[in-house]
Amino acid sequence: MSDTIVPGRWARFRDSYLLYSFKRDLIAQVSLVIFALLIFAAVFAPWLAPANPYDLAQIDILASELPPFWIDGADPAYLMGTDAQGRDLLSTILYGARVSLIIGFGAVLMQAVIGVSFGLMAGYLGGRVDAFLMRLADIQLSFSTLMVAIIVGALVKAIFGGATFSEYAVPLLVLIIGLAEWPQYARTVRASVLAERSKEYVDAARVMGLKSRRIMFRHILPNTLSPIFVISTVQVANAIISEAALSFLGLGMPETHPSLGSLIKSGFDYIQSGSWWITLIPGAVLVILVLVINLLGDWLRDVLNPRLYKG
Amino acid sequence: MTAAVSQHDPKASAATAGNREQDTAAPLMEIRHLHKRFSLSGDFLEQLKFKSGKLIREQEYVHAINGIDLDIRRGEALCVVGESGCGKSTVARTVMGLLAPSQGEIRYEGQRIDNLSTKELLPYRRRMQMIFQNPYASLNPRMTIQQTLEEPIRLHHPDWSKERVRDQVRDVMDSVGIDSDWGPRFGHEFSGGQRQRIAIARALAVDPEFIVADEPISALDVSIQAQVLNLMMEAQQQRNLTYLFITHDLAVVEHFGTRVAVMYLGMVCELAPTGTLFAKPRHPYTQALLSAIPRLEDDRPQHIRLQGEVPTPVNLPSGCVFHGRCPHANERCRKEVPTLIDVEDGARVACHGVEEGRL
Repeated sequence: MSDTIVPGRWARFRDSYLLYSFKRDLIAQVSLVIFALLIFAAVFAPWLAPANPYDLAQIDILASELPPFWIDGADPAYLMGTDAQGRDLLSTILYGARVSLIIGFGAVLMQAVIGVSFGLMAGYLGGRVDAFLMRLADIQLSFSTLMVAIIVGALVKAIFGGATFSEYAVPLLVLIIGLAEWPQYARTVRASVLAERSKEYVDAARVMGLKSRRIMFRHILPNTLSPIFVISTVQVANAIISEAALSFLGLGMPETHPSLGSLIKSGFDYIQSGSWWITLIPGAVLVILVLVINLLGDWLRDVLNPRLYKG
Repeated sequence: MTAAVSQHDPKASAATAGNREQDTAAPLMEIRHLHKRFSLSGDFLEQLKFKSGKLIREQEYVHAINGIDLDIRRGEALCVVGESGCGKSTVARTVMGLLAPSQGEIRYEGQRIDNLSTKELLPYRRRMQMIFQNPYASLNPRMTIQQTLEEPIRLHHPDWSKERVRDQVRDVMDSVGIDSDWGPRFGHEFSGGQRQRIAIARALAVDPEFIVADEPISALDVSIQAQVLNLMMEAQQQRNLTYLFITHDLAVVEHFGTRVAVMYLGMVCELAPTGTLFAKPRHPYTQALLSAIPRLEDDRPQHIRLQGEVPTPVNLPSGCVFHGRCPHANERCRKEVPTLIDVEDGARVACHGVEEGRL
């Protein structure tokens, strides 16, 4: 009887403003390609990397501090040269990027879970819950990530010993960075929940008799996703930087299981002796990784927030 | 009876309640001495103030509803009219349990419902539903029409099969005149009138018997208003619905209402059958309100011009809330709060002037 055609999910995406603006934004396209390549390389590091840097049997101390291929004296087996312990730098960087990304995404996932639930509760329930959670966020924000990391790291090392710390470094760093930055999420989510809560569809859901939890997660949360996406990209970059900073200070990943940050740190001692590549190449990878994530986040923010004009 | 009501004589209202029960069967919904205040003073720390060297706690309130008694009879369409800010929407939201009353009781078929928990209220939710003012905000933008309509059915009939839920959705979509093939679409793909039909369908989906409509047509195009209004009247006949209809459109009231309650500053000043009210308004405010309706034959308008402004609901005037603007106010009006009294033709008026026979 009717000739209404309901477009499917893919068709709706194809017609969306998201894809349209992506096609017109060269920076976003280049960023996405580089980001995808880095993710691919990190995920498939065990298959792509020429050597396994964690395998002590493969490391030859005599091949230490070899330069990358374009410099005289390079060994063609080590494309990007080797570090002070004779590990293949390319493989170490691939494995290191993997660790950095795991920590970055893990920490953001943790921030998002805590921050989104607290933000939803504070915004929707209001009153004392709101006051309590937001003061908690204020307190959390008054500690810097580094300070929390130093205290927790020092405590764990003192109580369980350095070996245990090295073993559980990844989940510990996820925990530390996740706990330190959840208020960013909570505040953003709370602000959008306050705007959504006053709309009539929320009243309609209450009149229906739905439980608060269902209204929060089924009705309000899907309408606050845009700012959550935007903040997530920025927070992934922040988390990777935080992890690198902690590792650089010796509070993060151990050198036996390096992330990009601890690679930079381990090469830093040799920068004066001419082996600059050990620190500069992982450094460049870190900069590119964080830069493309931030550029993608900028693009996403512009698309999802049409009221914002670029100058 | 926990509420101690200052502005009413409890004996008088109990007596009038007794009178009314003679002329009708038990009302579907009873609103008794309803008060609703909204705090203006923020949290505890913001309430503390220094005054003449002392630290005191000061709280200010907006008095949105100031003691309302209303019965809603089964099968009628009770219209509540009044100007902006007189508390009519607050009445609707309090009746639906979206706001908790500050004082007073709300009874549904004799059972008190204003103090029930979300869970205890659930059986009543199925029987009373609400239609909202703004159809652009009352549909969740991330949910399809099918999801929107299925949600209340699934909540209230968890034992129903998928097919039965789908059949019910199709029936209710048919009954409000939207194509049942539109289910997978989103709200923003529809016009305002279509959205309001969907919102009505959502309210009807659980087969309620009582519907609160908070200015359901004021956000719509004039050409669509009549359609939606007719749809609501059809639904009333087919499903034997009872309406509490909030509006400021007197033409709609004349067309739609069984009885009319006129509100001013959080109080009911006149409650009468629609015909009686339009033929013979008694309260000075109702008279002024009705005289303001523009008419085609209005070559010599006889508008009653009220002087002054509506007083602030923060500091309520003493006595009758209307006395500051009433041309007939006397000393008694400034001191004593009038209660609704029965006059002829089933009308009830809260006015000392009418009671004394001055008007």
